[in-house]
Amino acid sequence: MSVKVLYFAGLKEALGIGSETLDLPAGVSTAGELRQWLAGQGRERLATARNLRCAVNQDMVAADSPVRDGDEIAFFPPVTGG
Amino acid sequence: MTVRVQEADFDIGAELAALRAGDARIGALASFMGLVRDINDGAGVSEMTLEHYPGMTEKALKEIVAEAQSRWDIYGALVIHRVGPLKPCDQIVLVAVTSAHRGEAFAACEFIMDFLKTRAPFWKRETTPDGARWVDARDSDNSAAERWAE
Repeated sequence: MSVKVLYFAGLKEALGIGSETLDLPAGVSTAGELRQWLAGQGRERLATARNLRCAVNQDMVAADSPVRDGDEIAFFPPVTGG
Repeated sequence: MTVRVQEADFDIGAELAALRAGDARIGALASFMGLVRDINDGAGVSEMTLEHYPGMTEKALKEIVAEAQSRWDIYGALVIHRVGPLKPCDQIVLVAVTSAHRGEAFAACEFIMDFLKTRAPFWKRETTPDGARWVDARDSDNSAAERWAE
């Protein structure tokens, strides 16, 4: 399945990329599994970043939330607006 | 309800006048404005840049305002949040709420701000004499949001 992955703020800066479209292997079916898989693909900051947040289709989700074909999945640090 | 994310500055007087215009039910208007300070965590700040997640940020703000509308009897609500480069003394955010009486307006305004600080995807990067740095989230902001748990 194919998904769009977005990164923001310090995470985007550390990875040097803001978005990418990826074909996921079988076995990557949750936000947490996607994070682990990405970390193993050379995006180590996803493994080491503390308190990383994840959104699927622009809703904040927990690590066990499913990801599906065509989803937009974002990883980002805790928010600091206001 | 009005939610706007924009680079441009805004006129608080004009915004508050528009929010309550012609509505004689309104007996109270509470507002909060956030501003850029020239110091943070012990370092001077000469510039700040606000990044956001286009699409999700607006959606998150609308959901926060909708939650406030479901909790309190309020008439109108306005959220304006700026993004892009800002300087000390600049306006960052305006939240304003109207209601019949002050209690609802005060509470809903504070609730919206507390949730904006912890749920809406904005990130601050500030320039200090030692270089640029991303601002860390504060535990006190999480505590502020958690006190609204039902």
